Amino acid sequence: MFRIITAVIGRDLKLAMRRQADIVSALFFFIIVVSLFPLGIGPEPDLLRKLAPGVLWVAALLATMLSLPRLFADDHRDGTLEQLALAPHPLGLVVTGKVIAHWLVSGLPLALIAPVLGIQFDLSADALIVLTGAILLGTPALSGIGAIGAALTLGLRGGGVLLSLLVLPLYIPVLIFGAGAVDATVTGLGGEGHLSLLAAITFASVGFAPWATAAALKIALE
Amino acid sequence: MLEADNLECVRGERRLFAGLNFKLEAGELLYLQGRNGSGKTSLLRMLIGLLPPEAGEIRWQGTSIKAQGDDFRADLCYLGHLNAIKEELTPLENLLAAARLADEDLSEDDALDALEQVGLAGREDLACKYLSQGQKRRVALARLVKEKRPLWILDEPFVALDTAAVDWLAGIISGHLQRGGLAVMTTHQLVNIPAGTVRELRLS
Repeated sequence: MFRIITAVIGRDLKLAMRRQADIVSALFFFIIVVSLFPLGIGPEPDLLRKLAPGVLWVAALLATMLSLPRLFADDHRDGTLEQLALAPHPLGLVVTGKVIAHWLVSGLPLALIAPVLGIQFDLSADALIVLTGAILLGTPALSGIGAIGAALTLGLRGGGVLLSLLVLPLYIPVLIFGAGAVDATVTGLGGEGHLSLLAAITFASVGFAPWATAAALKIALE
Repeated sequence: MLEADNLECVRGERRLFAGLNFKLEAGELLYLQGRNGSGKTSLLRMLIGLLPPEAGEIRWQGTSIKAQGDDFRADLCYLGHLNAIKEELTPLENLLAAARLADEDLSEDDALDALEQVGLAGREDLACKYLSQGQKRRVALARLVKEKRPLWILDEPFVALDTAAVDWLAGIISGHLQRGGLAVMTTHQLVNIPAGTVRELRLS
């Protein structure tokens, strides 16, 4: 069971390393969108501190969306998706591997750069730690839920826009609890409750989403 | 033993075939023939379990492939009309990755040997995007060289190959049949397979 997951992760990471432009462009998109806000709003630390969690999280959602359309599309186009579906393992495990690999190349870099960007918003050290933790905890859910949307829109013309319409509403709970955790830390209430809920959402979506995705992929492959 | 029992295929509004039966024993090859759009590829996709038949059942070793799931897929090797190779990876990496995903043990020496047989010696470390169409097809076919699984389903395997490669592939398929394997394939050019029993099925 773990062999197939690690095999898929290994393959997808190797492919991502050969196509670094994709990773770098999503990361720069995140950096630029987040940096535009302090420039546009001006030097008002109180306002920036209030805006920071929401801005960082919305930018993280959009940056994740950028890489989703290609999650299955490349494999579908060159026929490797068929071979993945014919592997002697449940397709849900193969998708789990792909979701983990997607998180490693899209979610993890966002979490690592987020504290640096948070400084622009005059966030305290505590808030920066919670921000990083929240993005680390929440982005796997974004990859998991996004995979369902990517599979449902596979092979559709104009699938990218449809994918955003389908997936962004499902990201709302992650956004609320992710931004809420940082908000609660800034106001001194403590973000543990929000973080626990975020962890629960992530476990549920990384556990269940691959199986829903597998069902959608089977329909796409018929 | 691969059996098809009363298969029916409907694509869109059109019924492509109905009441299709065949039985294939170890060491036998089934040639699927028919004009374009007669349902050859659809039948192959049914046989590998990606397209559920409208009616009827496909059995492998006596039990329905749907009920077997992973066990059936562990016996199956499918080569589609797409090459299923990654352009960014080298031929060697492609072969090793495909074997790992299929749960097969393929050593690097075996993979290099397979690539040498398909005439790609010296190009193992070149990303596949720099290879020609025919060479990419050969990378896909290299999978068959060390393939031990008993059931091969091949969709137009001879397309884009030169005459020498066609003979080589015919040899690989006969070797598979001699070891007691089964094969189903579609083709427009009839190629003489030296060993095994060859059956023909014409879809119309």
